[in-house]
Amino acid sequence: MLKRTIEHVGNRVIQAVWRMGYAARFFVTILLHSGTAFRRFGLTIRELYFSGVLTLVVILVSGLFVGMVLGLQGYETLQTYGAEESLGIVVALSLVRELGPVVAALLFASRAGSAITAEIGLMKATEQLSAMEMMAVDPIARVVAPRFWAGVISMPLLAALFSAMGILGGYLVGVQLIGIDEGSFWSQMQNAVDFERDIVNGVIKSVVFGIAITAIALFEGYDAPPTAEGVSGATTRTVVTSSLAVLALDFVLTAFMFRGIG
Amino acid sequence: MNKTVLDLWVGLLVLAGIAALLFLALKVGSTSAINSSASYEVVARFENIGGLKLRAPVKSAGVVVGRVADIQFDNETFEAAVTLRLDKRYAFPRDSSVAILTSGLLGEQYIGLEAGGDSLKLKAHDRILITQDAVVLENLIGRFLYDKAQEGAPQ
Repeated sequence: MLKRTIEHVGNRVIQAVWRMGYAARFFVTILLHSGTAFRRFGLTIRELYFSGVLTLVVILVSGLFVGMVLGLQGYETLQTYGAEESLGIVVALSLVRELGPVVAALLFASRAGSAITAEIGLMKATEQLSAMEMMAVDPIARVVAPRFWAGVISMPLLAALFSAMGILGGYLVGVQLIGIDEGSFWSQMQNAVDFERDIVNGVIKSVVFGIAITAIALFEGYDAPPTAEGVSGATTRTVVTSSLAVLALDFVLTAFMFRGIG
Repeated sequence: MNKTVLDLWVGLLVLAGIAALLFLALKVGSTSAINSSASYEVVARFENIGGLKLRAPVKSAGVVVGRVADIQFDNETFEAAVTLRLDKRYAFPRDSSVAILTSGLLGEQYIGLEAGGDSLKLKAHDRILITQDAVVLENLIGRFLYDKAQEGAPQ
């Protein structure tokens, strides 16, 4: 009884380590087979449409609402200190540093990441990938790598759009609705937001999130058991794993960027 | 999906993303609100500007009439030379005075401009002669304690 429990634990650990190694090798393979994604850029543009353009509406609408909520809540708190003119700082810094990259990445994971996993999982289940191999077409270069680069390219664009829409939402609520002085809203924001420290770091974050999400989504799809349940389970795992990865990576990146650990 | 339609949408996405980045870099990150063509600059000298920052508002009667454009340290007089960029729509008498004030208890510092009675108006690059320094809280507390100690001392 005890022996079987220990065997069970050992088996699970070996499985997990094996999967990690497999995922890492898969990631390296994508990078090595990326040539086609740039030589035949039409393939990548097609994927940019599916993962970038189709996520655009979700990103724009939620960015606007997140910004408007930040405007309302920030004003509620700041006015107790008579510092409601600092609303611009609160809205801009929280969006550019954290909410823009992170929330855009979470939306991207659930909108585009899940679609990538389902598509590749289904291609595997219907043996389209094997058919490609039979025709001497490398499925990693033809199917996987364009999707990877499309995700990496579209993620920072979407995050920037999210931040811009959010600041616009904060402006609408703060200046137009509540009536904070427009000049101090923008000028305090400009005083507090540093281009390199805040904006560039936000872009770096979103690029890292883009790599993590698309790599996880592609791996889960490629590794999915070729059955209906297998594909659905892989899609769920993509959303869960990539969301957790985004939040964990965000902590690590923030620690390095803003606190100077090490 | 038609290839040109695809290209069009992806192009729009990329352009919109770059526009958003430019918006963040230019509008959120830097540059002042009043442009230089519709404004004129005057200089005021202070012995102590406290926590005054670039682009802090200049207010007259509580209305924003300009912004702080530049802060320099004058190594000959050991004073701070503050350049104020005022809106061209507003003209002030030459004997106007400026003071560094604080909005609220914890708020940012701004410059209060009080109009004088001279019939001549301030011109570009004029110097405002009457200035009042920022109040430094430590000095104020120090003076208060000193006065208290004086009161309690035996005659």
